[in-house]
Amino acid sequence: MATEEEKKQLQFDVDLGNLMVFDPHHNFSSYDSTSRVELVKECLSKGTELIQSIADSLFSLPSTEDIDGPLLNLPPPITKLPRQKHLPVPKPPTKWEAFSQKKGIQNRKKDKVVYDEQSGTWKRRFGYDRANDEEAIPIIEAKLTDDPTEDPFAKRRDDKKKRVEKNERNQLQNLKEAAKFGALPSHIQLAATALPITGTQAAPKKFTKDELGNVAGMAATATASGGKFDRKLPGEKAPQHKGKYRKFLPVVGQGTGIGSLEKEQTEKVLNKIMSKNSHDILNVSKAVTMHNVKREKKRKYDNKRNNSITDGKLKTQKKSFKKGDNKKGKETK
Amino acid sequence: MLEIKTAKTRRGKRELEKRAPKLVESGKKTLILHGTKTSGVLNAVLTQIYQLKKESAVKYSRKNENIKPFESGGETSLEFFSLKTDCSIFVYGSHSKKRPDNLVIGRTYDHHIYDLVEVGVENFKPMESFTYDKKIAPKEGSKPLIAFIGEGFENVEELKHLKEVLLDLLRGEVVENLNLAGVDRAYVCSAVSPNRVFFTHCALRLKKSGTIVPRMELVEIGPSMDLVIRRHRLPNDGLRKEAMKISREKPKKKEKNVKKDVLQGKIGNIYVPDQKIGEMALPNKSKGVKRERREAKRKNQGDEHSKRRKEDA
Repeated sequence: MATEEEKKQLQFDVDLGNLMVFDPHHNFSSYDSTSRVELVKECLSKGTELIQSIADSLFSLPSTEDIDGPLLNLPPPITKLPRQKHLPVPKPPTKWEAFSQKKGIQNRKKDKVVYDEQSGTWKRRFGYDRANDEEAIPIIEAKLTDDPTEDPFAKRRDDKKKRVEKNERNQLQNLKEAAKFGALPSHIQLAATALPITGTQAAPKKFTKDELGNVAGMAATATASGGKFDRKLPGEKAPQHKGKYRKFLPVVGQGTGIGSLEKEQTEKVLNKIMSKNSHDILNVSKAVTMHNVKREKKRKYDNKRNNSITDGKLKTQKKSFKKGDNKKGKETK
Repeated sequence: MLEIKTAKTRRGKRELEKRAPKLVESGKKTLILHGTKTSGVLNAVLTQIYQLKKESAVKYSRKNENIKPFESGGETSLEFFSLKTDCSIFVYGSHSKKRPDNLVIGRTYDHHIYDLVEVGVENFKPMESFTYDKKIAPKEGSKPLIAFIGEGFENVEELKHLKEVLLDLLRGEVVENLNLAGVDRAYVCSAVSPNRVFFTHCALRLKKSGTIVPRMELVEIGPSMDLVIRRHRLPNDGLRKEAMKISREKPKKKEKNVKKDVLQGKIGNIYVPDQKIGEMALPNKSKGVKRERREAKRKNQGDEHSKRRKEDA
């Protein structure tokens, strides 16, 4: 009996890591001929046998007692199943790591706290209120060689900014290198920003979703119905200010005639127009030329008067000059 | 121009790190979703699969128009969902005249379709139709025992493939330590004919046998169904080779508070919490320690001082 059981067990493929058991030898009688109930029964009885065999090997493993129950160490799974993601790629060394490797530079632990010579106390090495902070020096002594046009404080700030920028550039370079191998840290992405147009520094402005929705809403009102019967686009927003802002002033104002409020309003409008178009109303160059022309005419006239002999002529002339074109027209009539 | 984008919150960063590729993977999550049309049977099948795998599954309840896993171009949104939910097994249900009660089980590698198996569901019996003692009902997320019966799983290529996929779907998390008290369920899959697999879910009843190994008894608790093989697609060899890679080195666990010294060897720091002697309750309060007594004593002393001063004056 025992030998028979052992034989049977040998037939089964047991994968303890997956708690899986497989009987490759059992052959079911043809599916159509047996009834459903019988089939299920057969499967379950066979299944019980298999599960018993896996339990045999499972319970015979060495176990340690725990409050929750006996714990045992499972062997690794035998059946190979595909991974869900690729193996993690080792990160290529950064420029500094490569350099330090070549030179044999080793990292050393530094103290968190250092002596600050300015204040004579111990302060943290980095961060707020740090020791030996160059930025915090309030007075910079001038040297003979210094350029008098340069602000040393501004220079200090500038230098710091440049150092930070340089470091950022280096960091990006290292990340790009890592991205080439597909070894970017999982929480970092490299996103392409807009390409800079040569000649202009600023990248073209990106419209936000809100802004685009507003614009779409405005555009939708440009139909005969004012967008009333049009289908709305996804993300489209109703135009923000539809209609006019109109304020009606009281019909009966204070004082006689138009009310002071209305007067004020009209004056305001007038002033606005005047101030806006003042350069049109008073064309300075035109005024100057007109003035010049007038003076010239007057001078010419005076000269003529001095030179002329007949009084009568002068009188008629004077009259016509005074009254303008009308009289002249009459004379021609 | 490139810009460095990082997680804005610590929590987000942790979430991304959880999703990063690992040297040793522990288990796969399952995405359960359906197409434009599903039958009542299929709805039940999908919800019950979800119930079986609740701890590591995501179920979508909306209709998905453009998922057709076997057609080119029909897998894009599936792959996107896989990326979004971080699932690498999917169970997709659809129902049509040509393929009624259709179930597509597939796996992804790097969020791209790895392989596909299409089965039809027949003779479905839901969980509710089984009556059993609820005491033996398996607990959620317990590691199942899986039994495959029948030579079809070795001889027929489709069934061989289905066995692998089913194992991947059912086995749950890969563990090193197992609590024997938690072994309470089993799946039985039997290849009853070259294109048909009978699948059922059982609870385990452990009976005394006189030895250390208890006698196992299977109680069918459902769901049970017949899976009829339809189409299937194996991964191409290059992809399979790539996906089967395992690392030789094991991930190192950071050892905290332990240093190694040349002379002294291994040095460990042990944390001893504050003993809080001040707050400790005394076993008995003797008379001299009582507060009133101490205060009275102090008062008396003060009086004596004032008396003395008066005498001096």
